[in-house]
Amino acid sequence: MIRRPLRPLARILSARAQGKDPDLIEAEERAARLAARHRAERQKAETRLLLLGLVFVLGFTTVAGRMALLSAAVPVEPRAALASDPIRAQRAEIVDRNGALLATNIVTASLYAQPATMIDPKRAATELAEIFPDLDAGTLEARFTDGRKFLWIKRSISPEQRQRVHDLGEPGLLFGPREARLYPNGAVAAHVLGGASYGREGVHAAEVVGTAGVERVFDARLRDPERSEDPLRLSIDIEVQSALEEVLAAGMAEMNAKGAMGILMEADTGQIRALASLPDFDPNLRPPLPSRGDPADSPLFNRAAQGRYELGSTFKPLTVALALDTGLVAPTTLIDTKGPMRWGRFTIRDFHNYGPQLTVEDVIVKSSNIGAARIAILQGSKAQQDFLKRIGMFEPVSVELTEAARTTPLLPARWSDLTTMTISYGHGIAVTPLHLAAAYAMIANGGRRVTPSIVLQDVAPDESSRVISERSAAQVRSMLRQVVLRGTARQADVPGYEVAGKTGTADKPLPHGGYARDRVISTFASFFPATHPEFVLVIALDEPVNVINGTKVRTAGWTAAPVAAKAIRRIAPIMGLRPGADPEHLAPVLYTLAGNE
Amino acid sequence: MKIVLHLSGIVLVAVCATWAYRVNYETQEAQNRLADLRGEIASEREAVSVLKAEWAYLNRPDRLRALVVAHADVLNLVDLQPENFGEAAMVAFPPDPEELVDAAGDVE
Repeated sequence: MIRRPLRPLARILSARAQGKDPDLIEAEERAARLAARHRAERQKAETRLLLLGLVFVLGFTTVAGRMALLSAAVPVEPRAALASDPIRAQRAEIVDRNGALLATNIVTASLYAQPATMIDPKRAATELAEIFPDLDAGTLEARFTDGRKFLWIKRSISPEQRQRVHDLGEPGLLFGPREARLYPNGAVAAHVLGGASYGREGVHAAEVVGTAGVERVFDARLRDPERSEDPLRLSIDIEVQSALEEVLAAGMAEMNAKGAMGILMEADTGQIRALASLPDFDPNLRPPLPSRGDPADSPLFNRAAQGRYELGSTFKPLTVALALDTGLVAPTTLIDTKGPMRWGRFTIRDFHNYGPQLTVEDVIVKSSNIGAARIAILQGSKAQQDFLKRIGMFEPVSVELTEAARTTPLLPARWSDLTTMTISYGHGIAVTPLHLAAAYAMIANGGRRVTPSIVLQDVAPDESSRVISERSAAQVRSMLRQVVLRGTARQADVPGYEVAGKTGTADKPLPHGGYARDRVISTFASFFPATHPEFVLVIALDEPVNVINGTKVRTAGWTAAPVAAKAIRRIAPIMGLRPGADPEHLAPVLYTLAGNE
Repeated sequence: MKIVLHLSGIVLVAVCATWAYRVNYETQEAQNRLADLRGEIASEREAVSVLKAEWAYLNRPDRLRALVVAHADVLNLVDLQPENFGEAAMVAFPPDPEELVDAAGDVE
């Protein structure tokens, strides 16, 4: 660039010639230079501002554009994020001890309607009513046309029904996926499983929640996604369970009973192999709870776990077990049984008159109320209460069924001497058949209290749970064997299985006090084989009447005992229990134990 | 020299771009395949669970009993009874191998 001089020679010379001040020219030139520099700097600053503004505009445009895109875009799940998540069932399966399926899930569909998008609501209503006979065409049409936007039609439909609805071609009828709980065995083990129903529901999924039985107790565990692949294994054996139910149903019909229950328990561990209560229901179509009438008459009522009954003479062995254990009596001690026995205003009678005296063994064998009452008075009320408490008669059974956990035994408000006597033969205390089964397991396994359970687990018998001594338990077992051999339960004998047990016939209490004369609960509590018991079986019939030679018989020896015998004949071989040689002709265990060989 | 550097840079960019393009599409394809397989596994699982449920349903004790009763004339099946247990002593001894050999010799 050619610098323009501050004092251009030409102008200086001409100014000098004209006599002007040449310094003025220099000043003029300096001013011009300054102005030019200011102009350039201003230009530069303006450009910078413009650029900066442009950058900001671009930045905000990007953010705004991204936001617009995000809000307008259809949401797509990030595919890579789904890594290794297997598609699995919502709820874990339930299987029996051998792995046979008891409860599983199947995918079905739910049916709902969006009446706004319907083409021909009238036709849809008529045809739906044809597919589902329980729906009414008129009601459906009214609902389709009353302006609502959404409507459930069916919670769960079968694939065939779904196809037929699909074939209607109505765009306003829509399906949502549903997982339904399926019990492939139908009513078998219904009271154990309980049932499930839908909890919170949405169009795309619904919660399946357990409503009763193990489904309810283990609801959280069954729904735990971590363990959904791991089935819940029960201690039930489905073959034994169905055989027991069949025998019970036949027995119930034969004995004209209105209900029946059976419990089969392992004597050593308290694991329940089968638990049945009749009448039962199909858990796939669980009936609603009864709104009126006695809930105990509903098929939903689990008599084995929920029914509290005065179980009668089946309590006598417990009375005797305590007396033997405390050393108050020996099996051969004579007990005064002269009747009727008066206590205040109350009279205790026996079914027959058994003479003035019976041995303790015969008190059990012949089932003498007076004898049991006398033994109980010897023990005193305190010892009896302690004993019953220790064998779990004061609290709900620990078995994993909601019904059992809710059922606390009915205990007398005041435990007088009279109460002690009536309880000695099973009146005045109402417990569930499960309580009784647990108590008999205690006698059968040699005196250890068991924790009844319906879930397969390893339970090692341990000495800390001992209630009575091995010796007392063996003596009671031998007496109970005698009951079957020569006492009230002769009908219960099954050759080869050495059944031992005690019958109990208890008049049912009336709702307004007192006892019914012609309605009984007849119970047979047993274990087998007597010399080394493996299983405890409790059978009870509700209001049985057996007609023998034209006379009506209600005693357990003629009602529950024969049913128990049939059950053992059916069940023991299924469980692989070999019939042994009958040691009937040998001396009873009692004498060898007490002997001095 | 500068031109060579520029040219090789351009070639490198082109190669990388092609590689990235191919990997991108391969990944998308693999993801599609994965989604397909997942869907397939899901439907297989569903089928398996339905078959298992059906198997359990067909094998339910009530139905088997009804079938046994209905076909009693052919099957001749009865409930296992205590009398059906046998003793090992009740099984006949197999014939003596030496006798068998002798018998075989006689035939020849």
